[in-house]
Amino acid sequence: MSIANYLYLSAILFTIGAIGVVVRRNAIVVFMCIELMLNAANLAFVTFARINGNLEGQVVAFFTMVVAACEVVVGLAIIVTIYRSRRSASVDDASLLKR
Amino acid sequence: MIIAGIISVLPSKNNELIKRIAFAGSVIVALASMFLAIGFDKSNTSLQFVQSNAWIPTFNINYAVGLDGISLVLILLSTILVPIVLLATWHESDGGRWSSKAFYILILVLETMMIGVFAATDLFLFYVFFEAMLIPIYFLIGGYGSDNKSAAAVKFLLYSLFGGLLMLASIIGIYVISGNQIGATFDLTQLATLEIDNRTENLLFLGFFIAFAIKAPLWPFHTWLPDAAKAATPGTSVLLLGVLDKVGTYGMIRFCIQLFPDASKTFTPIIITLAVVSIIYGAFMAIGQKDIKGLIAFTSISHFGFITMGIFAMTSQGMSGANLYMVNHGFSTAALFLIAGWMIKRRSSSTISDFGGLQRVTPVMAWTFFIAGMSSLALPGLSSFVSEFLVLVGTFTRYPIAAVIGTIGIVLAALYILIPVQKMLHGPIAAGNEKLADLSLREKLAISPVILIIILMGFYPKPVLDLINPTSEKVVVNAGYTDPVAKVVK
Amino acid sequence: MLTSANLVWLIALPLFSSAILLLAGKRSNSWGHVLATTVSASAFTVGVIEFFAMQGRPEESRAVTQKLFTWISVGTFKVDASLLLDQLSICFVLLITGVGTLIHIYSIAYMSHDLDRRRFFAYLNLFIAAMLLLVLGDSYLNLYVGWEGVGLASYLLIGFWNQKPAYATAAKKAFVANRVGDVGLSLAIMIAFATFGDVSFAGIKEHAEHASSTQLTAIGLMLLLAACGKSAQFPLQSWLGDAMAGPTPVSALIHAATMVTAGVYLITRSNFIFDQAPIAQLMVLVIGGVTLLFGAIIGTAKDDIKKALAASTMSQIGYMILATGLGPIGYAFAIMHLLTHGFFKASMFLGAGSVMHGMKDEVNMRKFGGIGKFMPITALTFGLGYLAIIGVPPFAGFYSKDKIIETAFNAGGVKGIALGVATLVGAMITAFYMTRVVILTFFGNERWGHTDEPHESPALMLIPIALLSVGSVVSGFVLSKGQGLVHWLEPIVNPLKEHHAEEFLPPIVVSAMTLSVVVIGVSIAIMKYRGDQLAVAPVNVSSLTKAARRDLFQDDFNETVFMRPGQSLVSNLLNLDYLVIDGTVRAVGSISLTAGSKLRSLQNGYVRSYALLTVIGALALLTVIWVVTA
Repeated sequence: MSIANYLYLSAILFTIGAIGVVVRRNAIVVFMCIELMLNAANLAFVTFARINGNLEGQVVAFFTMVVAACEVVVGLAIIVTIYRSRRSASVDDASLLKR
Repeated sequence: MIIAGIISVLPSKNNELIKRIAFAGSVIVALASMFLAIGFDKSNTSLQFVQSNAWIPTFNINYAVGLDGISLVLILLSTILVPIVLLATWHESDGGRWSSKAFYILILVLETMMIGVFAATDLFLFYVFFEAMLIPIYFLIGGYGSDNKSAAAVKFLLYSLFGGLLMLASIIGIYVISGNQIGATFDLTQLATLEIDNRTENLLFLGFFIAFAIKAPLWPFHTWLPDAAKAATPGTSVLLLGVLDKVGTYGMIRFCIQLFPDASKTFTPIIITLAVVSIIYGAFMAIGQKDIKGLIAFTSISHFGFITMGIFAMTSQGMSGANLYMVNHGFSTAALFLIAGWMIKRRSSSTISDFGGLQRVTPVMAWTFFIAGMSSLALPGLSSFVSEFLVLVGTFTRYPIAAVIGTIGIVLAALYILIPVQKMLHGPIAAGNEKLADLSLREKLAISPVILIIILMGFYPKPVLDLINPTSEKVVVNAGYTDPVAKVVK
Repeated sequence: MLTSANLVWLIALPLFSSAILLLAGKRSNSWGHVLATTVSASAFTVGVIEFFAMQGRPEESRAVTQKLFTWISVGTFKVDASLLLDQLSICFVLLITGVGTLIHIYSIAYMSHDLDRRRFFAYLNLFIAAMLLLVLGDSYLNLYVGWEGVGLASYLLIGFWNQKPAYATAAKKAFVANRVGDVGLSLAIMIAFATFGDVSFAGIKEHAEHASSTQLTAIGLMLLLAACGKSAQFPLQSWLGDAMAGPTPVSALIHAATMVTAGVYLITRSNFIFDQAPIAQLMVLVIGGVTLLFGAIIGTAKDDIKKALAASTMSQIGYMILATGLGPIGYAFAIMHLLTHGFFKASMFLGAGSVMHGMKDEVNMRKFGGIGKFMPITALTFGLGYLAIIGVPPFAGFYSKDKIIETAFNAGGVKGIALGVATLVGAMITAFYMTRVVILTFFGNERWGHTDEPHESPALMLIPIALLSVGSVVSGFVLSKGQGLVHWLEPIVNPLKEHHAEEFLPPIVVSAMTLSVVVIGVSIAIMKYRGDQLAVAPVNVSSLTKAARRDLFQDDFNETVFMRPGQSLVSNLLNLDYLVIDGTVRAVGSISLTAGSKLRSLQNGYVRSYALLTVIGALALLTVIWVVTA
């Protein structure tokens, strides 16, 4: 199995995530798709680390995980707050920044 | 020294509430500038009263000021006009968007900027004054003008900023070049010694020239002026056209020609053409105006055409004539605008056809307007004639065709002055004009010095010409020109 | 050259008096006219003193100068404000101040009912000052100051009753037509400076022979343009008729005796240029010839007595201009005709004013008739002027006009015959229209249509008229006695330098021819107007008469060729300025505004569309990188 396949998988996962972000309305699903994109990126990093035979890519992957964890904390908190105040988790309803 | 004193003294006055103090302050400044003129050494062509302090040492920017004949007479013009404007428009600021205190602060700040811009010998300092000047005038138009004031103020500001940006690019350009050759500097005298290759010089020249052409205003960069002049209060218009626009023509002499003599030579045919177009175009537009302020604004465009033509004719007559023209135009336009302002205030209309028969109702106002108008059409014996004729003679010796076309402007001038004179001053007394009041004592006091200067400078322009001549000749010689010699040698 | 400190007073006195009258306002109403007249009379006295002083000196040192101050000095362009009084200018000084003073006196009575009489006298004094400056200036630029100064005074005086819109328009028209001429003068000065580096008469005269004929011709033609504007010569003559809107003393002083003859002065003064520029000189002849016929034809059809006299002035100045084109001897005769014309035309204008005074300001000759018996003195003096203008010996016009016709014939060849015939025909028409004026006004049936009888004017008006008519009787004889004026002017114009190769016709024959055409003209007029006339102008008249009534279509021509296109040009330019130039500026502004508002709609607040845009942007960036690197 060629090592390039990992990259393909990463690209596919990223695309699925990106499409999910764009087409889905539910904030939770959008959030999960973002996680998916982040993990696709992680996979690509690890793969490149493997290809280049050093550890930088893996280190970055760890960094990403940490950042993703923080993001989950903040993001979920926001989503929960929005859900509480608006009784909806749809991202389109939260368009208060317009104008 | 004294200039620095003037500049530092003025802002401290700004906080004073009372108009009288502002007026007194401006009179003191006017007197101070006259003393300065008396102390000026006419035979010396280099800068005088030089003062220089380091301002931003990192970039070798100095607060450097100094005077030569050209800047001196323009400073005299500004400092004399400011108290006259203040006196003439005592109640103009009442009922503006802001208090009249703010109005006086703005005028005095503007005066500081105007003096600064004429005195600066450091390119960066000049730029700062040049741009900073826009701020008070923007608020003066936008805050105290008549209809359409905000739009006119914004238009004026954007036009000027556009030119200013081009100039800034050129200033940075020349600064960089100086860095490569003689060590980075903004000092005018040192910058004039640079050797710049043709292409770069042309570009830098254009940056400066367009900024000044907008300010002057030269056709086709003129459209902000009529709007601004119509919207502004008469006092503001006087300062705008009388002094502020002179920065444009002053800049052409001081920066365009002195810093870039070769590029000036390259562009002279185009500039002379633009100037001639301005003369004729401005005159025709003035004839077609229905609004008296718009008319005066367009006559100024025609006059600025004469000034620019004189400058780029590159003869001592043209140069001195153009300089003298700046001063004379300042006074005659000031008179026209102030009197037009009084007329408009009394009649609550600025449309020419609303007036009529004023000579019979308000003889003093009509006469002063008539004399100012005659000066504007360059009647011999009044100030503008000397300068206009010098410009034409100076241009004729080098560019006869431009001068010949320019003389058509003389005929058109008769039309654009006599048409409003006939419609406003002559004829039957128009309805609504029967009870207009003639000039009050304050207004008479304000206008009489201007009229007096107009007449005196027509008969005896020598004192001012003596101030101007050495500097103008030096400018012409430095730019590599000599006066054409008469064909029949004596 | 001698200097004299008196010259400046000639100008300063009337100038100051004018300023005092204007500044003092209504306070000087009671004494203003006295001051103005006294000042004018004192200027005349100074002139007379200077004249006798000049006569007492030998010929070569008669001219005197006075330098006042350096006026303009830039580089090589140096102009002093200095005055020059020589044999030529003294003639004008005496004419201006002499006739001027008489007209001041006349005006005291004529304007006595006008509330603004003081202002009128202030303008008159201003005019005297400017006109004296014109003839006393020692350089073209000084002359130019006076030249425009008299234009200003003329503008103010034509528009004196400017509450009537038509009068205000007439004033403006006069000023603008004059300005066209002034452009000629200023261009002439510019060419002169570019050529000689000097603008003073003396300086140019000294070097004139070294200049090329192109330069001299250019200067000459420009000076001629100036003369055309000021002296109402073709094609700039149309303002003179309208200028009759001014009070009649003004018409007499400015638009008959003095200001309009300034063109003749200018050409005579510039003889050193014209003598060496044959093309310019030929143009002078053509202009003079055309105008003298033009004016005469217009004169035959005018019913307004002042406009008829104005047309006659135009025609007579045509004679003078023609004479100045005839070379050295012509200048002297031009000046002679100018002086005699100053007397007889001023006396006739004042006579017309006297008639108007008695006829409630009526000017239409069709409504006069039979006035002679009510106003005998006016009629007598007018008659003397009439005999002088048509050239009956021994009245003044005979001496001067006859000489011009004779010199015209002597010009030689086809040119001489053409000019001679033109001047003869002019003389015949002059006789015709002047007879018409006299018959319609003073003889025939009474047509004024109201019961008030015309009354003779007060003595204050009649005395000046009488003095002027004495002048119109004797001046010709006095001036030509022993060729007095010709010798007097010799140092200026060298009239006797050239010897005529041969005379085309002996003088006696020319005189006989002139007299016979005059008799013919007079007889035609008597035949035509001897019966009773109607008070309204006949409608069925020949097309020539119709054309002459309309000033030979000069106004229509100006209107179609200059005014209408000018107006449409102005309105087109207004549109152009608004649409194109300002339009561009506004377009820049509105493009940024529209772009802003369009772009704003992208900021719709939907997170997902932002995300989509981010994705698209990223993809686009990748594509670009891919394309660039590939």
